[in-house]
Amino acid sequence: MASEKERKKRDFHHISRGWNAVLNVIAGVFAFLCVFPFLFVVIISLTDEKTLARDGYRLLPAQWSLEAYRFIFRTSDTLLRSYGVTIAVTVIGTVISLILISLYAYAISRKSFRYRRFFSIFAILTMLFNGGMIPTYMVVSQLLGLKDTIWALILPLAMNAFYIMILRTFYSTSVPDAIVESAKIDGAGEFYTFLKIVLPLSLPGLATIGLFSTLGYWNDWFNALLYIDNPNLVPLQSMLMRIESSIQFIQQNSQNSSMSLAALQSIPQDTSRMAMVVLATLPIIFAYPFFQRYFVQGLTVGAVKE
Amino acid sequence: MAAFFRNVIKNKVMLFMVLPGAIWFFFFSYLPLVGTVTAFKQYRFNREGFWASIYTSKWVGWDNFKFLFNNNDAYVITRNTLLYNLVFIILGLVFSVAMAILLSELINKRLAKLYQTGMFLPYFLSWVIVGYFAFSFLSMDRGMLNQILAGFGIEPIQWYSEAAYWPYILILVSLWKAIGYNSVVYLASILGIDKSLYEAAMIDGASKWQQIRNVTLPLLSPIIIIMTLLAVGRIFYADFGLFYQVPRDSGTLYSVTNVIDTYVYRGLKTTGEIGMSTAAGLYQSVVGFVLVILSNYVVRKIDKDSALF
Repeated sequence: MASEKERKKRDFHHISRGWNAVLNVIAGVFAFLCVFPFLFVVIISLTDEKTLARDGYRLLPAQWSLEAYRFIFRTSDTLLRSYGVTIAVTVIGTVISLILISLYAYAISRKSFRYRRFFSIFAILTMLFNGGMIPTYMVVSQLLGLKDTIWALILPLAMNAFYIMILRTFYSTSVPDAIVESAKIDGAGEFYTFLKIVLPLSLPGLATIGLFSTLGYWNDWFNALLYIDNPNLVPLQSMLMRIESSIQFIQQNSQNSSMSLAALQSIPQDTSRMAMVVLATLPIIFAYPFFQRYFVQGLTVGAVKE
Repeated sequence: MAAFFRNVIKNKVMLFMVLPGAIWFFFFSYLPLVGTVTAFKQYRFNREGFWASIYTSKWVGWDNFKFLFNNNDAYVITRNTLLYNLVFIILGLVFSVAMAILLSELINKRLAKLYQTGMFLPYFLSWVIVGYFAFSFLSMDRGMLNQILAGFGIEPIQWYSEAAYWPYILILVSLWKAIGYNSVVYLASILGIDKSLYEAAMIDGASKWQQIRNVTLPLLSPIIIIMTLLAVGRIFYADFGLFYQVPRDSGTLYSVTNVIDTYVYRGLKTTGEIGMSTAAGLYQSVVGFVLVILSNYVVRKIDKDSALF
């Protein structure tokens, strides 16, 4: 009875059934369009190679096949190695990034830190003015000598002033000064207070920053494009790019080259390439619905300042 | 001097905490600023390293800038960067806000959450992956679009070499990737609006449409203005991935896909015009800096808390 009454009341507040249906269709169609390309690539990867050559990319292929995935797991240690590189870079990078950012943000969030203004500005200035791609490239490759090392994939993404600002806001909203002061009175050192009291209290903030940087590392291809030539150090995203351009190169030169046939056989076929795309995306597809909450949190917190 | 050392010792733990980050900023943000002098030099790579390369390269004054602005490149990349970003900002704003309002009005909140999750997916994917997605539609002989066209008896189109279509394709792809993410920001602030305002409006006999116009939009406008101004501050920076991965770096499309960022990259990696593309990069940084400062200044005037600094 009560629920019936409540529903009537709610209906009064809300839009009419007809409009609700229309809006549902609009939102539903757009949401579907956002997911559809991924589903389409999954279907292509499950298509039989010959069918694909004859019919093109179809939503309902005449002949399904798992051959692409079998081919990858049988022959391609390239994919596994790239997976390894990406996982290593993501894990090491996220840890380093969290350590650097949480320490820096904590220090400049403390009112007792005499130089907090200087170091806040030191960070914020980097959001305003940067040297640009080429000077950064010269520093990383020539001065620091990181070219063709795994650090070229890790260090350039380790920090950014925006994350520091988000985390600083988190500290100042979720860790009251009084707690830190009382810990100090009880005789805890700065580091001890930070590790045992501040970090546990700011876990949601750390999770947000951690997820942002995990996603950044997993999806990065730009640093590999600039700094990595060694085929053993190519991360997933970058490997997908390379397969593509090598195929284009061979196709463009296939008329007048005798080696192209052998080369053509050694590179993955269309379906296997799409299968690699699927395998590179799968971890994100499974994880992102769980991450979504934190991203929304991070987005809204980032907008609020002390 | 002694007081300074006393202060340093007193703050040593905090200083120790900022040290790693400060070193990072020094190497990755501040030293590259020194490198921008190559914009005024004829860059010659020197084996001795970074400093020697900069030091031994010959000064050429404003020559790099003169070359850049005389050969039409500067015009094309500036036009592309500005126009695309302008369209992204306007259409992105309209569609994201509309979608946020739409989602907030749905009766079934579970379905709304499900749609939102679907729309958020593109944000999590890299541009490489999105490039493959685009290819599955645009491939000349296999793509879905040409198959559909064939169904209507239209000749297949070589998408990756027809410049005329790319402004539309790039705009569509950009919106596709950004709307879900942006509408979440707006949705969060719509959900924060006091419900009693709507009730009051309803008692006054306001229709749903009037409620949106007179309650939701006015209350949403500060965040809309701020998000837009911040985007305007970044209008001189293009999304490298969108303009490089999605058109597959196709040379015939450069007239409509080349933006400042891709131009600088090609100067470094393909054409080897280091001096000129550093000049383009510096041009971008300086104009970008001015725009960021200006837009932040305006944001500050409107809402002090939302300004970046």
